[in-house]
Amino acid sequence: MTDHTAKAFDSDLQELARMVAEMGGLAEKQIADAVSALARRDSALAQRVTQADVNIDTLQREIEEKAVLTIARRQPMAVDLRDIVGALRLASDLERIGDLAKNIAKRVIALNGEFPPPKLIRGVEHMADMVLGQMKAVLDAYARRDDSKAMAVWRGDEEIDAVCTSVFRELLTYMLEDPRNITFCIHLMFCAKNVERMGDHATNIAETVHYIIEGRPIADQRPKGDTLAALRGGAQQNRN
Amino acid sequence: MSSVTAYTVPTVTPDPASGEELEPKVLVQNLNFYYGDNRALKDINVSLFNGKVTAFIGPSGCGKSTLLRVLNRMYDLYPNQRAAGQVTLDGEDILSAAQDLNLLRAKVGMVFQKPTPFPMTIYENIAFGIRLYEKLPKSELDGRVQHALQRAALWDEVKDKLGQNGLSLSGGQQQRLCIARTVAVQPEVILLDEPCSALDPISTAKIEELIDELADDYTLVIVTHNMQQAARVSDFTAFMYLGELVEFGETSNIFTTPSDRRTQDYITGRFG
Repeated sequence: MTDHTAKAFDSDLQELARMVAEMGGLAEKQIADAVSALARRDSALAQRVTQADVNIDTLQREIEEKAVLTIARRQPMAVDLRDIVGALRLASDLERIGDLAKNIAKRVIALNGEFPPPKLIRGVEHMADMVLGQMKAVLDAYARRDDSKAMAVWRGDEEIDAVCTSVFRELLTYMLEDPRNITFCIHLMFCAKNVERMGDHATNIAETVHYIIEGRPIADQRPKGDTLAALRGGAQQNRN
Repeated sequence: MSSVTAYTVPTVTPDPASGEELEPKVLVQNLNFYYGDNRALKDINVSLFNGKVTAFIGPSGCGKSTLLRVLNRMYDLYPNQRAAGQVTLDGEDILSAAQDLNLLRAKVGMVFQKPTPFPMTIYENIAFGIRLYEKLPKSELDGRVQHALQRAALWDEVKDKLGQNGLSLSGGQQQRLCIARTVAVQPEVILLDEPCSALDPISTAKIEELIDELADDYTLVIVTHNMQQAARVSDFTAFMYLGELVEFGETSNIFTTPSDRRTQDYITGRFG
């Protein structure tokens, strides 16, 4: 896109985009670290994840300040205004993703001493890999203003939801087998749900990227997997 | 006039929320304008809707003031300037030679960039215009002067000094005096050519407030270089560039999701 006549406006917008990208990178690292702490039962790494969340929160606050200041200073219009509003929305989605990663890390610390079978953790790990792929793609779509890539992320969330449903089902079976499994299975269920929500935030980001580029919300309905199906299936199983 | 056959009337979706019918007060069709040999307006088609505020925006020299000057045939005062095409006010062709210019200018009032009060009392500034068109008894004239000053949100500030010279007022007050002068002759359309460019922010806010109120009774057109002002005060916006009308539509769309690349570049400050 052509530069602004006021060059400082361009640097304001670039700086905002850079801060969002940095925040995205931090969020990706938090997801990867939290899930790897879970897989390796690494309380020390989990501890570091809970402590690092403040960096994401700080960046979010800085992005908000910068965005408000830029609006006040430049009175942006059209695509510029959407850029700034988009940065604000992205920052809040990324901040939530950070919180969810932190929550997984806290559960790793709480699980201390419990050893769920690696097979069960692998399901959550698989989900996390998919979410990380979505995150990378959507942050890329944001950086390049690539609408088709953003739309692909938006449609891709269904798969994560489906895996989440199957992880729920597995955990449920495990809990039914032996009540002593319930504690860590509940923790794992929340971890899986957290990862699934991260995927939802990635689709929010995809929606925002689409809005920045096109100036209107996505018209279609998003395909959705149903995590509650697992619980309904479980209840039926229970009756049998 | 052969050119009349080829026009396209701009299509605008009426506000779906209110579902109101838009009725064109002024219809400009296939308008071309020449300063000597220089073609300053190129095939302009635009509707000015009744009771709405329309803003003309665009870089200097794009033809927005020229278009404004066509609407009350101000250009007639100068030799070598001519317009071709059709401009109708309530269906009546205002470009025709038979058009009574005094009558037209009473119906289509104009306020300029620089406040231009007459060097006479505040009262006379308003009464002068009314007397040109009507003979009224003193009491009725007083009423009309008061009403015009009230419509221009100036009455409270000047009611105790109507005998003072209009030039003694501040810039913002002078501009509102000029608006009052325009309103006093009961026009149907009011043209505002950068009415706030010489004013401070408070006076500007007062004029903008006034534009809002006047839109209930008049059809307004404002030429402005201040994009935020156009976004704030107008219902419809026309973006002009190099004598062409590039985009015309609801203001809320033009300033958020313009469809033409040139419009977007201009309103976001990326031009040239």
